[in-house]
Amino acid sequence: MNVSPLELIGLALALLLIYSLLLPDARRTIRSIKAFGELRRTIELSVEDGSRLQINLGGGGLLGPDSAAAFAGLTLLRQVNNIAADSDQPPVATTGDTLLMLLAQDTMRHTYSRLTIGDQYHPRLGQATGLTSFSYAAGTLPLILERSVSASALIGSYGEEVALITAASQQAGAFSLGGSNTLNGQAVLFGSAQEPLIGEEVFATGAYMDSGAAHRASLRAQDVLRWLIILLLILTALSPLVAGFQ
Amino acid sequence: MNLRVATPLAAAVAVAAGVFILVSLFVPGLEDLRNRILNWAILMAALALLLGMLNLFSVHFEKIRNRQQPVYSAVLIIAMLATFGITAWEGSQGVISTWIFNNIEVPIEASLMAVLAISLTLAAVRLLQNRKDLMSIVFAVTLFILLLGSGPLFGIELPFFTSGLGPYVNGILSTGAMRGLLIGVALGTMLTGLRILIAADRPYGG
Repeated sequence: MNVSPLELIGLALALLLIYSLLLPDARRTIRSIKAFGELRRTIELSVEDGSRLQINLGGGGLLGPDSAAAFAGLTLLRQVNNIAADSDQPPVATTGDTLLMLLAQDTMRHTYSRLTIGDQYHPRLGQATGLTSFSYAAGTLPLILERSVSASALIGSYGEEVALITAASQQAGAFSLGGSNTLNGQAVLFGSAQEPLIGEEVFATGAYMDSGAAHRASLRAQDVLRWLIILLLILTALSPLVAGFQ
Repeated sequence: MNLRVATPLAAAVAVAAGVFILVSLFVPGLEDLRNRILNWAILMAALALLLGMLNLFSVHFEKIRNRQQPVYSAVLIIAMLATFGITAWEGSQGVISTWIFNNIEVPIEASLMAVLAISLTLAAVRLLQNRKDLMSIVFAVTLFILLLGSGPLFGIELPFFTSGLGPYVNGILSTGAMRGLLIGVALGTMLTGLRILIAADRPYGG
């Protein structure tokens, strides 16, 4: 059975629209992911004790497949700013891509405006700390080590260099949560971050951080598609066996 | 300067561009227009590089003013301006800019790679201290098997690991897990893209 990319995209779009518009079940519970629970707790604590949150969006650009992980990071940035923008130490965003830096600044500026604290926003809250993977990691380290960062969330496209950032977080005693779209990044984050996000969990950030019905619908559509793929894989594996009996 | 674009207009432009690029991948004859739009995006990315440089300059200039490790920031600013000036003057393939890349940037990144090796070793050692769950144990055991299976250790070859368990874990179990993760990432990427295409998620304009 051949499924073309267009058919798969069409099916995903149909599921997304059905779950967004026809079956928007807001009460439906989603399985607990410990990382997001810990992140929420850390955000609340940081607002109380006046420490800083750092959202690292990685080095993935916006002109390729890495952009989806960067968008998941931007969703987290928006939600974290909704909660902590008016705290003593407002959240800081770092990126390794300048287009992503502009989007991060735009996201923060609009959140500050919406919270009617637009005068407290400054473009330096969203920084491009380096433009290659290692220079990005190296530029991010001082922000963690010099400032009173209580949590460092890494959501975006990372490679092995992410270990330098998580090591700095550990040295600073900061909570670290990490998710990447690359396999290398995921493996390193699993070993070095306090709370790693595995596989598609990084794209569930919006649904777990209450970003709206579209994010929950997207998560449900993703679940349906995953089960369909599992079913197809099993059927494909069994088909030679069935053919052998005939 | 504060440029503000109304959110509905920004959303309309973003959705129209996204839908067109997607459609052009499936409908023949739209390649030229697609390439032109993608070239505009690349031009904007190049402009964003200049803005990123200004941002970096502003951050480190502020650090110098506030005397927060001013020496490091001063070195960064001087190096950045010098590299920018030289590269703008003689091009990215020029003698001096190539020398800067080969003799300064590459060795610095290589030294960071060396630090990374130590960080990763420490992370592997600390893994079971930080998280004592089943998955961490599986991760640590797999790492141990793959290390033993990667070749002779101190001149001693362990055939059970190098030609038995190691290749099995690496070739079958790891590959299966990797494909599962990649399918999950691909689904997440596709749905994130679709959310943006239908403007349900707008990572621009708030």
